[in-house]
Amino acid sequence: MKKSTKAICSLAAIAVLAAVIFYAGTLPTTSMFRTTFQMASIYALLAVSMNMLNGVTGQFSLGQAGFMTLGAYTYAILTIPVAARPNVYYLYGVAPWLENLILPIPVALIISGLVAALFAALIGAPVLRLKSDYFAIATLGFAEVVRIVVASSWLNTITNGSLGLNNIPSFKSYYSTFGVVIICIAIMGLIKNSTYGRSFKAIRDDEIAAEAMGINLAKTKLLSFVISSFFAGIGGALLAMYLKAVSATTFTLATATYYILLMVVIGGMGSISGSIIASFLVIFSKEWWLRFLDSPAYIGSFQVPLLRSGFRMVIFSIVLMVVVLFFRKGIMGDKEITWDGIHRLFTAKKKKREVSDDAR
Amino acid sequence: MMPGNVLHIENVVMQFGGVVAVNNLNLDINEGEIVTLIGPNGAGKTTAFNVVTGVYAPTNGSVSFCGRKIVENYPKGKMKKLYKGEHIGEYTNTMEPTPDVITKMGIARTFQNIRLFKNLSVFENVLISKHLNRHSNIFTAAFKINSKEEKKNREDVLKLLEILDLADVKDEMATALPYGQQRKLEIARALATEPKLLLLDEPAAGMNPQETLELTEFIRKIKDDFNLTVFMIEHHMDLVMGISDRIYVLDFGKLIAEGTPQEVQNNPKVIEAYLGVSDDAEN
Repeated sequence: MKKSTKAICSLAAIAVLAAVIFYAGTLPTTSMFRTTFQMASIYALLAVSMNMLNGVTGQFSLGQAGFMTLGAYTYAILTIPVAARPNVYYLYGVAPWLENLILPIPVALIISGLVAALFAALIGAPVLRLKSDYFAIATLGFAEVVRIVVASSWLNTITNGSLGLNNIPSFKSYYSTFGVVIICIAIMGLIKNSTYGRSFKAIRDDEIAAEAMGINLAKTKLLSFVISSFFAGIGGALLAMYLKAVSATTFTLATATYYILLMVVIGGMGSISGSIIASFLVIFSKEWWLRFLDSPAYIGSFQVPLLRSGFRMVIFSIVLMVVVLFFRKGIMGDKEITWDGIHRLFTAKKKKREVSDDAR
Repeated sequence: MMPGNVLHIENVVMQFGGVVAVNNLNLDINEGEIVTLIGPNGAGKTTAFNVVTGVYAPTNGSVSFCGRKIVENYPKGKMKKLYKGEHIGEYTNTMEPTPDVITKMGIARTFQNIRLFKNLSVFENVLISKHLNRHSNIFTAAFKINSKEEKKNREDVLKLLEILDLADVKDEMATALPYGQQRKLEIARALATEPKLLLLDEPAAGMNPQETLELTEFIRKIKDDFNLTVFMIEHHMDLVMGISDRIYVLDFGKLIAEGTPQEVQNNPKVIEAYLGVSDDAEN
């Protein structure tokens, strides 16, 4: 394909994407599409950030929820309006130094990413020495520690203990979230395609060879861990913004890490575009298309069995199992969507048709 | 140590628990030489390579590269009691650089069992080695401020692939190549780190006589083209005898002979180690 054709295609795709986002923005706030679309885009960011570490660098982490919680809380603490604080902290009161501390939303977003990244840097050095399963368990442990510490009583005046925080402000405009998500994913895409991204992939494929080719394992893994956590923190903050309230149990292993892992696996380990597609599929199914599984249905007077609250989750678990067992490469494998790839997809089909025509 | 000495291994002992894998190895390689390490299976050849490349820290002894000490260690902790080797107390420093640091100094290696990056193309496999000498940081790399460097690296890699006859398969997946070319690619990847000393761990393993012959020529060619010193482990005697300037023979971790191919071939100790001594011979 020619470069100019590709550029035109890219422009067209961007126009379509912008049109969809603007269409979603014009819908009434009660619209299912409007809210789900925003939520899915935030999850896309979270899935891509998890994919940087789990898919591209091949370090299987289950700590996503921990970094999301860190990001969400940091954002909430720094942005809840001063006027609303007495109400939010009605039981324990606010720490005096925090009483009048308030930051603009974009600054708070970046700081929440930085806090998550800082913790990643601190725990990274010891934790990244562990291999595969042990690394997963250690990061899982970290996420649990974060959850418990955040809800502990000695942080009552900061995190509001187990009550959680609410009244979290969000962007004035519906579109700003998309802006943040797109910028973040674009940065990760650029990193993946840079020389650093290649060193991540080398570590995934063969640690010993990567080290022998001069890649410093400890530093490079830590870098990937910090990048992934930074964007997980921002994603957590965006989700707190979306939910308007956050507590220690908002992001748990089951509700955050596993969902995001599901997206990463379905989309394909190591593929950014795969993660994006999968997060939209999963969130739309979970929040919208598969809702009917949770409410009892009747055919005439016959009640369809199994359909009751929570059945949706059963279906999701089955999907995850099927994907892991039979479609281990996910939708995209570790490839990205490219115009060449799409072009090939169509031309290959055409060629096949031509061949079969000739056969007749 | 003579000037022009590239690798100097001094009294290296590598002991795993109670097992002495390499016992008191002394070895010198001079600039421009092709030196081969041979020995029966389990003699400790690859262990010696792993000590030089920083995969293992030796239990005792030191390694110098171009006159500079790069690895040194002495028995510590539990190993103090277990240590079975000699030269205790001669080494008092601890220098244990990781493999990437050693590669950066100018020692590159290949592996006995091919270790390519399976999900990357041939071109990317070699391009990875250029990460080593980058001047960019994560920000300049991500936002393509380093595009000049990146472009130069890509051109260098392409040139290298052309020299090694791998240019026409550069977009293939590394694992899709035939076996012989995978071996070549491993060497290409090592060369891209711009080494002074190239360590080849059984480069002819699994090759037929024709391929071995081609490999012999290939090693000679890259040695001259890239101004290398080559240190090699090999079993194919055709290759070893044809190409080596000097040979070291290792048996049960100990050096039993060294010298030119002719000297080693006629050394009774070597014949004994490889073939065993028949009962008749003793009578």
